[in-house]
Amino acid sequence: MNPFTYARPTGIDEAVSLFTPDSRYIAGGTNLLDLMKENVTHPEQLIDITRLPLKDIEETTDGGLRIGALVSNSDLAWDARIEQHYPLLSKAILAGASPQLRNMATTGGNLLQRTRCYYFYDADTPCNKREPGSGCPARDGLNRIHAILGHSEQCIAVHPSDMCVGLAALDATVIVKGRDGERRIAFADFHRLPGNEPERDNTLADGELVTAVELPAENFSTHCAYLKIRDRQSYAFALVSVAAALQLDGGVIRNVRVALGGVAHKPWRNPEAEALLVGRPADKAAFGELADALLAGAIGFNDNQFKIELARRAIVRALSDAVEGAV
Amino acid sequence: MSSTKDHSGVTTVATYPIAIEINGKPQQLDVHPWTTLLDLLREQIGLTGTKKGCDHGQCGACTVLLNGKRINSCLTIAVMHDGASLTTVEGLASGDDLHPMQAAFVKHDAFQCGYCTPGQLCSAVGMTAEGRAETSDELREHMSGNLCRCGAYPNILSAIEEAMPATREQLERDKGVSR
Repeated sequence: MNPFTYARPTGIDEAVSLFTPDSRYIAGGTNLLDLMKENVTHPEQLIDITRLPLKDIEETTDGGLRIGALVSNSDLAWDARIEQHYPLLSKAILAGASPQLRNMATTGGNLLQRTRCYYFYDADTPCNKREPGSGCPARDGLNRIHAILGHSEQCIAVHPSDMCVGLAALDATVIVKGRDGERRIAFADFHRLPGNEPERDNTLADGELVTAVELPAENFSTHCAYLKIRDRQSYAFALVSVAAALQLDGGVIRNVRVALGGVAHKPWRNPEAEALLVGRPADKAAFGELADALLAGAIGFNDNQFKIELARRAIVRALSDAVEGAV
Repeated sequence: MSSTKDHSGVTTVATYPIAIEINGKPQQLDVHPWTTLLDLLREQIGLTGTKKGCDHGQCGACTVLLNGKRINSCLTIAVMHDGASLTTVEGLASGDDLHPMQAAFVKHDAFQCGYCTPGQLCSAVGMTAEGRAETSDELREHMSGNLCRCGAYPNILSAIEEAMPATREQLERDKGVSR
């Protein structure tokens, strides 16, 4: 790691005021310190936000939950309210990382973790995300784990989070605080596609701090599934993951949500295609149509063509599982 | 923060004071901000039981119990843990009496080279405290953050299964003491 200075504010405004362009906020640190050891990131100052009052899970006035940015992944996944009312989120979190990492990693940090693209992580190779304009060796290189949707000439990396796939399906809201005050960002607008600025993973302005994530009252606790397909059974990033959520009226779809992980620079959804299924029987024909719509325009590379068919089957399977209950 | 000036008067080295309890012993330490908890233990304090495997949070050899919870000590910096209580593998036994988890690892021959063992032990104790894993499949899943390159997994699992009830009792007793 490069040398850096350290600050430990106790208030949110104080933390935000300490920020400089060469600073990074640190909480769990499980991704940031790894990136610093790999010489991918070299901040001059770390602002330790772990003493800020952002550790609670509170009920909101509209019947949802407000999750403080510092709530650890373990505490969130095992919170009785989350397990009971938002099982999709609990299952998504527990599908990611290892118990040790989940004990340190925070809600805010999970949103901000960076891609595990091999070339991004290897500071000796070009990478448009790490060093804009240097090129993307992944396009013609090792790209088994890379994107099939929403990629650009400049970047084919995927967002690595499981938790975010669950949050995307649940239509969460991200609360951030900057020097200009507080902002609420719809989850779908928080992460971004790489386009011509692959160095930007999300829509945060410099110095803005994630303070909370809000879950709406609608929780899909009766019919939901998180399905994660990976190269080994545990402790691996997703090749494809699916957060599926249904509201059923008898056997008829009243509401459906599907978010995909491991396939794009952000959790992938298609609300228009979801809406087309309302009123249809909850069967494999309908699920297959939604899968086709979600994967419309998918383009694979040398090593990851298989992901397109894998994703299609995973979507149908996850939705079929969700019909059975919360799995 | 305290800094020293080099011969040209440039401030170069900053350390920060922290108070941390390690295996029941309170310590006052000065640390560089980039010193990981793992390097603090091994290099600054001389507690080399905690192992550095990958140094990237992938192998679990560096697992310790921070305020009772298992974490990867390689992926956190010591300066952030002012006021914390830490248990390493050296702190599991009571004098010459092995912790039930350690005794079970010996009984079941739950290692070959032993390099992953300190992390396996701390992780297994942390998992027991979490109380979320019961069946063999759940135990395997909940121990997936600890790799064993020798492949001693079957015996590690047997050891953990045998030692969990006694570990649970010990955790309850320790809770009573700290109350």
